[in-house]
Amino acid sequence: MSFEFTRERRERLESLLKIYPTRRAALLPALHLVQEQLGYVSPEGQEHVARILGLPVIDVHEVLTFYTLYRTRPMGRRHIRLCTSISCWIRGCRGVQKYLEEKLEVASGGTTADGEYSWEAVQQCMGACELAPMMQVGDDYHGPLDRAEVDRILDGEKSQERNGRLEIAPPDRIPDGETSREEA
Amino acid sequence: MGRLRLISRDFGNPQARKLEYYRAHGGYQAALKALDEMAPKRITEEVIKSNLRGLGGAGFPVGRKWSFVPSDTGKPIYLVVNADEGEPGTFKDRYIMEWDPHRLLEGMIICARAVGIHTAYIYIRGEYVHPERILREAIEEAYREGILGSRVLGRDFALDVHMHVGAGAYICGEETGLLESLEGKKGWPRLKPPFPAVVGAFGCPTVINNVESLTYLPHIVTHGGEWFANLGSERNGGLRLFSLSGDVKRPGVYELPMGTPLRELIYDCGGGIAGDKKLKAVIPGGSSAAVLTADEIDVPLDFDHLARIGSMLGSAGIVVMAEDVCMVEAMRVISHFYAHESCGQCTPCREGTGWVARTMDAILAGRAPRRSVEDLLQIADNMSGTSICALCDGAAMPLRSFLLKFRNEFDQRLERRLSSTDRERRLERRVSRADWEGRLERRVSRADQERRLPSRATPPPPPTAPKPQDGSDPIR
Repeated sequence: MSFEFTRERRERLESLLKIYPTRRAALLPALHLVQEQLGYVSPEGQEHVARILGLPVIDVHEVLTFYTLYRTRPMGRRHIRLCTSISCWIRGCRGVQKYLEEKLEVASGGTTADGEYSWEAVQQCMGACELAPMMQVGDDYHGPLDRAEVDRILDGEKSQERNGRLEIAPPDRIPDGETSREEA
Repeated sequence: MGRLRLISRDFGNPQARKLEYYRAHGGYQAALKALDEMAPKRITEEVIKSNLRGLGGAGFPVGRKWSFVPSDTGKPIYLVVNADEGEPGTFKDRYIMEWDPHRLLEGMIICARAVGIHTAYIYIRGEYVHPERILREAIEEAYREGILGSRVLGRDFALDVHMHVGAGAYICGEETGLLESLEGKKGWPRLKPPFPAVVGAFGCPTVINNVESLTYLPHIVTHGGEWFANLGSERNGGLRLFSLSGDVKRPGVYELPMGTPLRELIYDCGGGIAGDKKLKAVIPGGSSAAVLTADEIDVPLDFDHLARIGSMLGSAGIVVMAEDVCMVEAMRVISHFYAHESCGQCTPCREGTGWVARTMDAILAGRAPRRSVEDLLQIADNMSGTSICALCDGAAMPLRSFLLKFRNEFDQRLERRLSSTDRERRLERRVSRADWEGRLERRVSRADQERRLPSRATPPPPPTAPKPQDGSDPIR
């Protein structure tokens, strides 16, 4: 399957090339553009980017596989990233993790049968520890999570598209009750 | 409360993101002052006087960092804003970018003026989609209104600001890893010297500052360096944002003077421990900092005081743990983070972080030899100061502190599990029940392997210990 940027994205890439003194510097944004268009970065996409930037394909591949936000295979229409770093762990992300497994009927890294959701438990702190335990669905941050909140987010979203509302707790908010803490 | 707030005043107010609001409340006046009334050298002097420290985590004095930039190389000088906030437990920069983007831009103008910079990049982590959007809108607004571009605020000074979105790598928060990533490479940190001030982005002199450090500049220019220095503690100027999370009633971002006691942050701002439990431990500066016990929370929160008690203030990501948190489990979570995020360039870090993570798995699965704590301490020693960047030390520091301060929990684990899974003793027991057969088979094949080893009594050392297969939940 060959790959080519849409005209609009090609133009965006051209304008990106102007902001850096080297062509190579546009590699990360270029790969973001491929992923935006395709949902993942295909081998053909890598070749296409390599051609535009004048790089060996292996350089593109090296960079692609170093970073965790690029996906190298197709995933669900919406991607869920559950934070499992220290603050989220303290506030019970393991319980949420188990519930997601149960609810989506697929292990971390997988895609639901209907292709709607894919999800993964990530090690890297996502920088929203005040929402712990939290997850990112598509672009949006959600938390603090418990079973009901996960249901509300995932079931609510299927019927009604959310348009990127900010999910931020003001500094003085109090989390609702305790979430399950994993017993040692 | 009548607490002084400099940059967090407008957090939670969506109006404050707009240029109109920001200008109506004195916005960009400091930038004008820097452009019209102050010579570049004087700005740097004021910042040095202010004792503003690098608030990304290293705590290096901001003004001194600027003073290292050579101006006579004939090359352009770049400003790179480190918005790759990733230290576990830290989320303050996100608040700045989401609620007060123009103050950051104003700080960037001041820095650019002081050092003679005309191109700036904001390197923001890929997960921060909304902050990125808000920041982009603010930049567009600023360009439209002539605040950025070829004539900054109508003066004879040019500054272009570009966004660069990362793609998920903790190591890119390290300043030279970030530069590599900006240049379109994998984020492998560079050997220093040369420092980025001399050879930075694209081979040119570069200033790299954290979002928060830059955001305080307008206040320093307006009120003077001395004023800012006096707000804080000795050699730690002004205020800073503390990210409070974990087992507290009110997690969030709090702006407090440097030198505020940790107890005050946890109990007055955070409202105490969630569920009114007892406090067990606190990580004071992101997960790379040494953990503190409940007895140590009267420490004043500034770089020097925390360094004195063997920890660090770092990014001021404060993670609170209540009495029922298992410290061995907590250490495992932290160790897996570093094993995952080690970039793989230096051997002590690549091997060490993985080794620690596997040993932690083994301890929790009851497969670890009794001497594991000593092993881990030795690994921590070998990881300290042996790599290009600070990630490795950042992984060793919490490890050592967990082991030394909560040794009893590790020992309990090792003993309890050993007594129930001790292989030698099991071999002596007569095993006839059917559900033991599987284990017996495994033991036989393991015994076959061990026949090739010189000493049968020694359990396998941690580096070769296999990943747990016994239902202990690995993190990924």
